[in-house]
Formats: sequence, structure tokens, C-alpha cells
Amino acid sequence: MALLQIAEPGLSTAPHERRLAVGIDLGTTNSLIATVRSGAAAVLPDARGRPLLPSIVRYLADGRVEVGYAAEARQSEDPKNTIVSAKRYMGRALKDVAHAEHAPYDFVDAPGMLQIRTVAGVKSPVEVSAEILKVLHARAEASLGDKLADAVITVPAYFDDAQRQATKDAGRLAGLNVLRLLNEPTAAAIAYGLDNAAEGTYAVYDLGGGTFDISILKLSKGVFEVVATSGDSALGGDDFDHRVFCWVAEEAKLAPLCAGDMRLLLVKSREAKESLTTHSEARITAKLSTGEFVDLVLDSETFCRITHHLVQKTLAPMRKALRDAQLGVDDVKGVVMVGGSTRMPQIQHAVGEFFRRDPLNNLDPDKVVALGAAMQADVLAGNKPAGEDWLLLDVIPLSLGIETMGGLAEKIIPRNSTIPVARAQEFTTFKDGQTGMSFHVVQGERELVSDCRSLARFELKGIPPMAAGAGRVRVMFQVDADGLLSVAAEERTTNAQASVTVKPSYGLGDTDIERMLRDSFEHAKDDMHARARHEARVDAQRLLEAVRTALNADGALLSAAEREEIERQAAALAAVAGSNEHRAIRQASEALNRATEEFAGRRMDAGVRRALAGRKIASLDL
Amino acid sequence: MAVTLTEKAAAHVQNFFAKRGKGVALRLGVRTSGCSGFAYKLEFADAVSPDDHLFESHGVKVVVDPKSLPFLEGTQLDFTREGLNEGFKFSNPNIKDECGCGESFNV
Repeated sequence: MALLQIAEPGLSTAPHERRLAVGIDLGTTNSLIATVRSGAAAVLPDARGRPLLPSIVRYLADGRVEVGYAAEARQSEDPKNTIVSAKRYMGRALKDVAHAEHAPYDFVDAPGMLQIRTVAGVKSPVEVSAEILKVLHARAEASLGDKLADAVITVPAYFDDAQRQATKDAGRLAGLNVLRLLNEPTAAAIAYGLDNAAEGTYAVYDLGGGTFDISILKLSKGVFEVVATSGDSALGGDDFDHRVFCWVAEEAKLAPLCAGDMRLLLVKSREAKESLTTHSEARITAKLSTGEFVDLVLDSETFCRITHHLVQKTLAPMRKALRDAQLGVDDVKGVVMVGGSTRMPQIQHAVGEFFRRDPLNNLDPDKVVALGAAMQADVLAGNKPAGEDWLLLDVIPLSLGIETMGGLAEKIIPRNSTIPVARAQEFTTFKDGQTGMSFHVVQGERELVSDCRSLARFELKGIPPMAAGAGRVRVMFQVDADGLLSVAAEERTTNAQASVTVKPSYGLGDTDIERMLRDSFEHAKDDMHARARHEARVDAQRLLEAVRTALNADGALLSAAEREEIERQAAALAAVAGSNEHRAIRQASEALNRATEEFAGRRMDAGVRRALAGRKIASLDL
Repeated sequence: MAVTLTEKAAAHVQNFFAKRGKGVALRLGVRTSGCSGFAYKLEFADAVSPDDHLFESHGVKVVVDPKSLPFLEGTQLDFTREGLNEGFKFSNPNIKDECGCGESFNV
């Protein structure tokens, strides 16, 4: 007999049509899975009641894979095949990884993402992460008694494209339908119910096992806006373990250690760190493979001293995030603590001191992200009634931009920006006396407008006639929480305005997006050439325009022969300007530039003479 | 005949209501669907209609709409755990048979 959960009014599902959705916090040190049952979000524990799954995967020679506590138990005896903190390597090349030399793995540098050679073959971080997700997937199906429909996986706010894609791939490899990647701080804010709170600005301080994130979230009318994020993708609890490890090695005067001993001492260091959250001292004992004994006592004062610089390292990103958000410490209404490492008293203290208020820490810092992700997944799966399905936080799947001269796409909002988002960019007029500007809004990753998807066109009129480049038009792109894009253009001197609203993702399915992305990778080289060609053409047109204007205005400064030479070079450029030979265009442009150098100098002198004519030195405001 | 909750079910219901922060009663009902005729409805109720039958069991208010009542008379709602799975279970004296999954039934 299936077990039932309480649904929202009117939302009981038909049998076998329940949409089971989960939120997954794929962490560096630990991973969790949570779901919403009978309206309440809860982390799903394993058969032994343990909520966390250590993000550790051990590959065995017979092809079996151990994940979680089983792998953790064997990590010191089989360090080469026991992968910890794989999240640090997601979408990263070997050169991007801090302390790679300290990791006991046999890294294989591969283009784009490093790989690890294990007894079961070479594994990519994506495969390692997928093993963790598979275990969580199975746990969820056992807990919910049915097939899982959808999942939301969280990622650090500033995971780049490669890292996000790697995370999504891992989800797919584990058989999950990944509805969305959600930024961890946003998930934490959702878990704390800040979406129900009064309006205000909140900071999310997330010190996990391997990443530090500080995010400034602004809440208005129930909508979150990430106003600034900063952090350090190579700073986390692991570094505190490492500090303790170094302290142990120094205090015990240990010779360089083998991989197994290193792993053993790192585990002991971590245990000591965790114990110091509630105790004033921790004893570290270990028997090394060399027969040496380690027996040390670490007190909290020493621990604070040796990790002081790590705590301090989190302060600079906090200041930066506030600066980026143009906010002061007093503007922040609350600080959410996320990540097991925030249990350390010195962290709580430093954050409290910085923001001059006690941080929010009444939810388990290990669970908040998973709980928030589960709540988001529940909404996305359609289990909430209209009106309570708070505005969704999404990312823009493909970049949004406008067409500039020569058919080039200028990206204004890069893909994967979280929405709502607003970005502005200033453009100048291209021609002398230009009174209008037409805008073509496009979406896509390619360099040429013709390869992108056209979304809308609109015109801005009423620009006062000015010299080319003098008219300044500010173009504002804004995508609201529903994915609706509005584009507004405003001329700065006259405030002439025009705008248009479009729905960018309309009609673009996942397969379209995938194809467009694939195209953009495949055509990267062609696109660069095309861009160079178009830029050369645009520059040539601009130069011809300028020369023509100058000849009309100051042609009298030239002798007939000089004028003829300039006209000849201009004609030569005009002849190739429309071609696809960007080198020829550049050469002709340079020739015309050289031919007009003298002319430009004389125009300058003439201009200065005109300006100074009839004035005394003293009257000049120098 | 009434519709009742076991003490355990009532405790869980109250807990869920507390977490949800609103709601006036627990709504039980049946509707036609599923692989063998009827399916249970188990929802939070934010409003009670004048036609609803009202029960109270271990401090939990339960409402049942008049059409569903004949099919639910004497039903007891329990909360159980099966392995990792946990949730509510109907014990309904009116049913003749149910489909393998237990989510739908016949009377």
C-alpha cells in the first residue's frame, strides 16, 4: 500500500501521477538530499538514520564502487583510489587546482577537465560526482516509494559555466532529471523563509568544505535578487584541516609522509577541528606506517591562531561584495550561516563582529541548502497552488544582446546570469547628425547576429543631431523573475526613450538551446574570423565617413594633388570594404589613414587657430 | 460512524500544520480516478464549506465532503513507516479491493 502525504488544497494528485521532486546539495565534503512531504521540507536520511553522505567515492579493482561512509572508512588505507572533495575538480584543469601537489591522486591532465587514474580506470570528476548522486537517487526512491521525477541541484553562486555544466552532466549520468541548478545562497535564503520575511537585504555566509561564498541578496516583494556575490572557490573547511595537519607535522617533527599517513592525519585533523567547536581542546593521536606515534593536544587558542589568516581571508570578499552592492554593513538586515564550517566559534565570532549583529544559525548549517533546494524543486514540480509558487529564480540559458554595426551581436546579459537581472551598456551614435537608432534584440552565443535568434526590434527617435560618437545612448536590459525581458534605450542628453518587452525563452526548447550551444563551441573559430571581418568592414565604413566629412569641411587645406591622393586611397578602400577579405580591408584602411595623416594635422592646426583667433593669452582658461 | 485518526497520525498532522503555519482542518475525500475506480484525497484545508462533515480526532479537525462520506465511513487514518518510506495510510472498511499500489480502490 502506498503511503500518502498531505497535499495543498485541491492539489491531490491522481494515483501514479505524483511528481516526486528532490533537492540535492552536492557538497565538497558532504552531500544531502531533501524533499517536501506533507508540506514540510525534510532531509532524507539513509537506512541508519544518517542525513549526510560523505562526498567520497572509492573505486575497487573488481569494478565495485563504494560511496560515502564505506569509502571514508577506507580512505587512509587506499588514498589513491578514494576520491574526496571531487567538487573541487569539477570543470577544472590541473593548473586551476590549489594544493594539487598535496592531493594523493594520480592526476591525468586532460583538456578542459582533469581526470584521476584509479585502479578501476581513469575517472573524471563528473563520473565521481555521478556516483554520489546515484546513491542519493536510490535513497530518495526507497524513501518515497516511487520513481523520482525531478531534481534541483545546488551549486556555488559563482561556479562558472564549465563547472555548472559538469554538475548538470553528473546529474544526468546518475539518471536524474535536473530541473535546475540553484545557487546555494539562494537555496539557504529560501530555507530560512526569508522569502516570507519583510523586505530587506541579507548576506549569506557559506563556508563549506571546499568553497567560500558570500552573497548579498536583496528581497523585495517576495523576489530575491542576487545583488552581489564574492568568495573564494579554493577556501573551505578542508583548508582548516590542512592547517591543523601542518601544525601536527611541525609539532611532531614528521618527515615527509606517505599518502596513507597523510590521509590518516588529515582525518585526525578534521576530527580535532570538529571537536573544538564544543570543547576547549582536542587530542590528536595516530600510529603512522613508519611506526611513529603522534600524540598531541590542540587547544582552541592555538587552533584560532593557526587558522586566523583563513578566517581573515573570508573578510575581504565580504567587503568586496558589499562594495559591489554599494551597501554598508548597516544595510544588511540579517546574515545567514551556511556550511558545516560555520560551526567553528571563531567564524561565528568574526562574522558577528563584521556585520555587528548575531548571525542566523538556528537551522542546521549542513542542511539549509538541501532544504531550500527541496522547496524550490517542490514548486517547480507544480506541487504548490498558484499564488504560493513564489517567483522562480532561474538562470538565462543563452546570452542576450543587441546587434551592433556590421551584424555583430554584443552580449549584454551573459548566459547563466541568475534572474531577475538588469544590465546596462552605453552605445554611441555612428554617424554625424544621426537622429534615430534602431535596436535589434538577439539571443545566442554566436558572434554574428545572423547565427543568433532574433527576439525583437525597436527604434529610438529624437536624438538631437550630433557628431558621430557624441550621442550617448544607454541601453538597459532587464529580465524579471518570470523570464520576461524588457529592453529600454535612453539618449542621455535629451532623455528620449524607447522600450520593448519580449519573452526570451519562448519557443526555445532544451534541444534548441543544446544545439545552439553546441554550434557556438563548434563554430568558435569561424565566428572569430567572421567577427574580425565584420569589425574590419565597420571600421572601414567609419573611416570613409570621417574622411568624406573632413574633405567637405576643410578640403581647402589641401592641394589638388594631395586631395587626389586621398580620394584615390578612399576609393581603393571603398572598393574592398564590402568584401570578405579582412586583411585587404585593414591594409586599405591603413593606407588611407597614412594618406590623411598630414591632412588631419593641418585640420587640427586650423581648428586651434580658429579657436584662438582674436583672443589674448590672458583670456584663455588654461 | 466517524472518520478517525490514530494518535500517531494526529501528532504528525499537527506537526505538519505547525510547519505550514496555516490551515483550519485536514480534508479527507475520495474521487473517481486511478486504476481501480476511486482514489483518496488527503489535503490541508484552508476553508470549510457548509456541506462538509466535521470530525475531531485527537485534537485534529477533519472535514469530509458529503459525496465522499459514504465511502469513508469508519475509516481510520494512520501514519506508518515502511523501510525508508513514511506517510499516511487509510484503513477503510468499505473497500472491496485495491490496486497493487493501494492508491486507488473499489467499493
